[in-house]
Amino acid sequence: MHLKVLSRDNPVALDAESGCPSGGCGGAGDALSGLSEVIREKVRDHPCYSEEAHHHYARMHVAVAPACNIQCHYCNRKYDCSNESRPGVVSELLSPEQAVKKVKAVAAEIPQLSVVGIAGPGDPLANPERTLATFRELSEKAPDIKLCVSTNGLALPGLVGELCWYDIGHVTITINCLDPQIGARIYPWIFWNHRRIKGVKAAEILIAQQLEGLEMLVERGVLVKVNSVVIPGVNDGHLEEVSRVVKEKGAFVHNLMPLIAEPEHGTFYGLMGQRGPSDDELRALQDKCAWDMRLMRHCRQCRADAVGMLGEDRGDEFRLDKLDDLAVDYEKAMVERRQVHAAIEAGRAAQRKGLGESFVSLSQLERRAKPAMRPVLMAVASEGGDLIDQHFGQARELLIYEVTAREVRLVGRREVDRYCSGEDTCGDGEPLLRKTIRALEGCEAVLCSKIGYEPWGLLEDAGILPNGEHAMKPIDEALAIVYREMAADGRLDPPASSEQRLTA
Amino acid sequence: MAFQIVEGCVSCWACLPLCPSGAIYEARPHFLVEVAKCTECEGDYADPQCASICPVEGAILNGLRLAANPPGSLTGIPPERVAEAMAEIQAR
Repeated sequence: MHLKVLSRDNPVALDAESGCPSGGCGGAGDALSGLSEVIREKVRDHPCYSEEAHHHYARMHVAVAPACNIQCHYCNRKYDCSNESRPGVVSELLSPEQAVKKVKAVAAEIPQLSVVGIAGPGDPLANPERTLATFRELSEKAPDIKLCVSTNGLALPGLVGELCWYDIGHVTITINCLDPQIGARIYPWIFWNHRRIKGVKAAEILIAQQLEGLEMLVERGVLVKVNSVVIPGVNDGHLEEVSRVVKEKGAFVHNLMPLIAEPEHGTFYGLMGQRGPSDDELRALQDKCAWDMRLMRHCRQCRADAVGMLGEDRGDEFRLDKLDDLAVDYEKAMVERRQVHAAIEAGRAAQRKGLGESFVSLSQLERRAKPAMRPVLMAVASEGGDLIDQHFGQARELLIYEVTAREVRLVGRREVDRYCSGEDTCGDGEPLLRKTIRALEGCEAVLCSKIGYEPWGLLEDAGILPNGEHAMKPIDEALAIVYREMAADGRLDPPASSEQRLTA
Repeated sequence: MAFQIVEGCVSCWACLPLCPSGAIYEARPHFLVEVAKCTECEGDYADPQCASICPVEGAILNGLRLAANPPGSLTGIPPERVAEAMAEIQAR
């Protein structure tokens, strides 16, 4: 394949007047269009911020920051397990030097790597020396890799200057509430000015620091994501307010994550029987708080030492004891990384072009649609998140879209096991297939590039319409067509019933 | 008199940079306090620093050899609930 190397626009060479030593800071406050362009460039290859990018690029977290300055009721500082995948859990702590070595090894092995983050297992900014030493080294050794950090925000205002110095373009602040009364039910204590402070006063200080940090970062042009953990009965009724305020203050996206709480995690919520939100509750809340559907529905709540594409964790391949055995030619790896990224971008540009040329206007669909038609969930097998380009049996995850007469939007993704892994295992796939079909609960159609005879029948039996007619078409366009066909067949007149399904 | 770090410490490093006497050091299986150096923060801070940031109940003993942060004091989880949950999990 001929690789056309795209020039990468410098996203940050904006501002020399802000007083910030590095280009990552300042200057984003001019025209709105300029801002959105800056943001677009900043998230373009960031798998955690861009739904589309996560199909192409990889990320890693380096666990250099063990200390924390607050306690949250969903966290247990004693926890360390390699079989658990949730934030705050790591298998081994790294020194800054080890972290840089690991990044180089991963970058050589996984050229799609575009982002390195520090996310714990404690609070990165409660460990400023270790966190900043890691960023200092990485900004020199891997200047093309985006650096990000997530924090509870308590120590943030005092460190904004340093974060800008090392060109940290993305910061995530976890803000679970703005009301200290609610905060007192989430944070039992904070460590502040050399004292442990508890109760409402602790929450008050924490919230004030979070909001100040948010404002300072936005002022300097740093992209800020706000994470909130949805805790039913505690903060769920308050998160719309959080969303409104953080948006007003300039956060770029608000990411709602479900509480993970089981007794065996040993957390306050886990042991005290606090439940997490159901899928429906989470989705309803995400809908209310969402500003842009293409963002963040794909969040995987990764471990603080995750490595690889989102949804996969290759951390085990890069454990400290294995790093010495990996021969790393870092110079060569950097060249390869540039080429791979350029090829990814060329592919995406080509797809976008195809999308523009063949796009069916949704307004056309709207005119034909009856006004009261109900929304339909449809699943899509797609490699890149743009086109219907994956075999049903090869998919590791299916993208779930809600299609209405007015719009097609991504509302989630569901992980599935690949039931088809070649000739040798052919015929063994049925139990997996049934599992996949169960994962599609609520969906009425599945679009993929190809689908076998057996899954076709099983899907139909489950009342899900299989569709392989739109291979290589843009997802939005194909879904709109399928919706229109369903409307024409009278399948969208409520209520939905399994008797209405089509035959092959 | 001196504070001690005992079993339960998760080696999270939070206390080490806070100690005004440099009495805390990295060790296996957990961090330790050099007894001769520990001043219990007297003259430096109102509260002993290691015990004020430590997230693990029972991991730090005060000069009287009592847990500086007894069970339930940091997490808010009643100790009997922890015991109950352990029994439930083991019975699965």
